Amino acid sequence: MSQLAGKAQASDFRRARPIGLEYSGAKPAMLPLLLALMGLLLLLSLALGSAAIPLEQIVTVLLGGEADHASWTNIVLKFRLPKTATAALAGMSLGVSGLLMQTYFRNPLAEPFVLGVSSGASLGVALVVLGSGAVGGALLAGLGLAGDLLLTVAAGAGAALSMILVLLASLRIRSGVTLLLLGLMFGYLVGALVSLLLYFALPERIQAYVNWTFGSFSGVTAAQLPILAAFTLSGLLLSASLVKPLNALLLGEEYARSLGIDLRRTRCAIILATALLVSAVTAFCGPIAFLGIAVPHLCRGLLGSSDHRLLLPGACLTGACVALCAALIAELPGNNLVLPLNVVTALLGAPVVMLVALRHLRGVE
Amino acid sequence: MTLYTRDLSVGYRRRGRPDKVLARALDLRLRPGELVGLLGPNGIGKSTLLRALGGAQPPLAGQVLLGQRDIARLRPQERARRLSLVTTAAPRPRLMSGYALVALGRHPHTDWLGRLTDADHAAIDWALNAVKGDELARQPVAELSDGQRQKLMIARALAQQSDVMLLDEPTAFLDLPRRIEIMALLKQLTRTTRIAILVSTHDLDLALRNCDRLWLMSRAGIKAGAPEDLALDGSLGATFRAEGLRFDPRRGSFTTDAASGARVYAPGESEQAIWLRRALTRAGYELAKKPGRIEISYQQNGVAPNWQLRVNARESRHATIEAALKTLERETR
Repeated sequence: MSQLAGKAQASDFRRARPIGLEYSGAKPAMLPLLLALMGLLLLLSLALGSAAIPLEQIVTVLLGGEADHASWTNIVLKFRLPKTATAALAGMSLGVSGLLMQTYFRNPLAEPFVLGVSSGASLGVALVVLGSGAVGGALLAGLGLAGDLLLTVAAGAGAALSMILVLLASLRIRSGVTLLLLGLMFGYLVGALVSLLLYFALPERIQAYVNWTFGSFSGVTAAQLPILAAFTLSGLLLSASLVKPLNALLLGEEYARSLGIDLRRTRCAIILATALLVSAVTAFCGPIAFLGIAVPHLCRGLLGSSDHRLLLPGACLTGACVALCAALIAELPGNNLVLPLNVVTALLGAPVVMLVALRHLRGVE
Repeated sequence: MTLYTRDLSVGYRRRGRPDKVLARALDLRLRPGELVGLLGPNGIGKSTLLRALGGAQPPLAGQVLLGQRDIARLRPQERARRLSLVTTAAPRPRLMSGYALVALGRHPHTDWLGRLTDADHAAIDWALNAVKGDELARQPVAELSDGQRQKLMIARALAQQSDVMLLDEPTAFLDLPRRIEIMALLKQLTRTTRIAILVSTHDLDLALRNCDRLWLMSRAGIKAGAPEDLALDGSLGATFRAEGLRFDPRRGSFTTDAASGARVYAPGESEQAIWLRRALTRAGYELAKKPGRIEISYQQNGVAPNWQLRVNARESRHATIEAALKTLERETR
């Protein structure tokens, strides 16, 4: 009798949640919590800064009104809003692309840059900053903001070019391991070229290059924001269409194929999505290495699931939260010191990921 | 639905060198409700053949047909509805329940989000029940044993509700009881569902006992037939001779060639005589039908030690079979 009751309960549970999460120990309730946390962090990021602006004034500006002081309107719309939005978008992009890479390569160490995007971007930047010679250097220094734009374009071109190369290679190869190796070797190759440029460069140019590698969410203007948003959103949409193949890939490529997944098409779509997500972010914000490897682990730990129908929105929200946190900490209010973004993410994030890994990574292999 | 091959050649294409052909001109047939064992020495190309049959690797020549359709022309999803696969190593995905793992088998039947309908849930429950894995549904896959995970992988393939299931050495990493269980399970599934199952295995004995037909793969090609026919016409023995295995058609099992091969006469039907003959076979001696140069027997009425060994009229007595074998080895070396 009690057995029958249990059975009835189980099937009711099922009807309530038709996607097959039952018995999985998953915690889908974490998603609304993460959403709320992201909302809170967005507000905090808009509210905190070197100038103290009352919260209701900020809300007024966001709703299209004018603040009591014209400078407040200016600060919110020209600085805080782009920076906040950039942090959230970059966090989403890196979190989701990290998830794609870790699932596709079935490797917990994979991250968005394994395919060589950041190497490509850094080569673009290095060519402009280090290799442009005296004329180019004067040009950069003289142009100021336009110089930043030039950097963005160079990084974007480098990133895009490297992703096109990887995509072409992916059409020819049979397995993910080959792709991983190609990406790594490409990274070494480009790294060597960058080192060569650094070796012959003037010290102040090297400083400019190093500044780019620190990463920053503050470099995106309100006018550039739609470009970043377009890349991120299209990458996220493409990723969303891949949840089923990604779930099948948890069993490896051979089983995924036997479950009716078109491996080649899926591989290309995953690389394309990663390219969309990562190249724009790297172009605008520099190589923010850490988020991509950390966020998927945090997200799996929080959601207790490997189902990408949960993980994908989860990685989006977790990524945005972590990036917003890092941006807040990097520019602690009441303090004029601004820490490099990559320093903050790694210093604070690495211990968290270690803890999560120790709790959840047991029994991977 | 029947799986056919028409003039199929399998192997590898190699750049700048001629193709490596592992088997050519195969005309095979796998019928509904049939359990077929694919046997053959290591490296003969069993896995390659299975990959070609499953559409994972293009054949060098010829076709694989499912019903009337060429498998190479089927869209991946259509193929997955007709054909399922189980390989040697069961993956160990973390943060996934047994139920979710079996639910992956519904992929060819669900929408782009993989949402499960009542029919999908019914198929998953049925598949779990068919492998007697109901209690595994709630457990995390990463914490299950190899055998339990392999059972779930078979349930996942069943949930695909395909017409044909291909298994590539599914029991290679499992212990003997689990191997027996899984072969019996496969046999039962062909009876209850009319699914056609092809299983490659190195468990010759289990294959002989459970399979409806065998495909014997050797350099000469594939010879198909009922296990008993293949035993009687010498094909079984011929296939494995190269591997140092000797098929004994009278006992219906294989022995290794490693031994000296001396003939030993060990008569009697007593329990002791049966176990003595097992020990002799295991140690690689051939059993003689008539008294000869070497003879061992168990003396029931005599005083201990009871095992009496005679080699060329030289007699000795031993307390255990082990001791007798040791002396025998020394005497026949």
